[in-house]
Amino acid sequence: MQIACNVYDDYQDAMTLIDLANPTRFLTLTARLLPWLAALTAILLLVGLYQSAMAPDDYQQGATVKIMFIHVPNAWLSMFVWGVMSLAALGTLVWRHPLADVAAKAAAPIGAAFTFLALLTGSLWGRPMWGTYWEWDARLTSVLILFLMYLGLIALWRAVEDPSRAARAAAILTLVGAINLPIIKFSVDWWNTLHQPASVMRMGGPSLDQAFLIPLLVMAVAFSLLFVTLHLAAMRNEILRRRVRALQMMQVSRRSA
Amino acid sequence: MTALAALITRDLKIALRVGGGALIGVLFFLTVVVLMPFAVGPDLALLTRLGPAILWLGALLASLLTLDRLFMADHEDGSLDLIVMGRAPLELACAAKALAHWLAAGLPLIVATPVLGLLLNLDATATSAVALTLLAGTPALTFTGMIGAALAVTLHRGGLLLAVLVLPLSIPVLIFGVAASQAAIAGPLSFGTPFSILCALSLVSFVIGPFAAAASLRQGLD
Amino acid sequence: MSLGPYTSFIVTSYLLAAIVVLMLIAWIAVDYRRQKQRLRELDASGMTRRSGRSAADIR
Repeated sequence: MQIACNVYDDYQDAMTLIDLANPTRFLTLTARLLPWLAALTAILLLVGLYQSAMAPDDYQQGATVKIMFIHVPNAWLSMFVWGVMSLAALGTLVWRHPLADVAAKAAAPIGAAFTFLALLTGSLWGRPMWGTYWEWDARLTSVLILFLMYLGLIALWRAVEDPSRAARAAAILTLVGAINLPIIKFSVDWWNTLHQPASVMRMGGPSLDQAFLIPLLVMAVAFSLLFVTLHLAAMRNEILRRRVRALQMMQVSRRSA
Repeated sequence: MTALAALITRDLKIALRVGGGALIGVLFFLTVVVLMPFAVGPDLALLTRLGPAILWLGALLASLLTLDRLFMADHEDGSLDLIVMGRAPLELACAAKALAHWLAAGLPLIVATPVLGLLLNLDATATSAVALTLLAGTPALTFTGMIGAALAVTLHRGGLLLAVLVLPLSIPVLIFGVAASQAAIAGPLSFGTPFSILCALSLVSFVIGPFAAAASLRQGLD
Repeated sequence: MSLGPYTSFIVTSYLLAAIVVLMLIAWIAVDYRRQKQRLRELDASGMTRRSGRSAADIR
């Protein structure tokens, strides 16, 4: 399958959607796109940060509501990235496409990082709200399980030397996870209502005022763009890594010949 | 059908003969439960309260321990390749193997539950509730665990990786298994609600497990 | 801009988010450099891709 990457190099057709699936075309496009994406991400992040700094205090939560502007985008991305990996997993299993393998592998550490941030900011938000860093709250708990599943997936990727074999195993685990995550979410919600401590204040309970909604949306778009940028760059690294691997294998076989 | 029946009887015979190791799971279950009082103290009231949770955790770990054997031995002696190439649909073959595995490794856990319930000071209703939830829930553990076992065997890695992959997927079964047993013992919830969800989880795993395991064997063994 | 009694929590969470994101960016950038370096080394040792182009040519 690594050789396949190099075979793709030979095709030089007009740019079509199918051509995007050609790793070399992908590299060209990425090189052209990345500076623009990075700049746009930086601008949006700055605007979002400014707006969240200017946002008024919540009448109930005070200034701690500002944590929401980074907590919610990370929590949303933690699920979105699993969705991206599930689509890539379909590409791996149905079309056996090397670029889908690359996309799935590059997304996993980034998704894990966003999930980790969602947990971290959630527990830092929980300390003023609940008086404790960790509450076995339904949302925090299901994000924690999601984090564990990301780590399991990364462990699976790292356990196998052959990238295409690892890709197929990881694709199956990703899809099983995608089916299981709603079930896990439901059971954790159910378990939490059963064991609900009386003093807990629900996070994000009141509906959002526009003064919070606009910075939140800007931050969400900025973080999503951040993910796209990082994902493209990580995919490029992974393609180059595979090229290095293929060339090294050729070198070894040439030496022994 | 005869091919699947033959597969089940073969797996059962292998599991129960010397070196099959099906009963190791029960021994592990017994050991985990006996260890518990040393950790929390011999307070009978506390043990009664924790009893269902201890039994469920023990059963979960014991079924995880034996999962490794589901495909590994067949992979080593080559019979897994024959099953993959055979005329019986691989999904059904996987389901048959999981059923045989559950009969050999899961059912003994349920048989052992009343004895262990005595050690944890559970009364007859509590013990039978835990045994009933284990009867409904352990198939789900086996069938979702089979996915991890199939992945592990195609990657030539077992043990810890399998546990890391499978344990998060078994959280719903644990939640509803323990909740149903607690509901039967102490209330206030009715036993029926969590128990029916537990049965539903088992039924879902009967569908997802064989398909995912068969897909992973097909993708991985070529 | 006053952040009330919980300033440290707000500042810490923004700081930690910045640190994690910067670490991600740094990791990806360093990884890119490393792969390019390896490709250049392979190129110098005379390895070419099947398409006949040089190994370090990423386009």
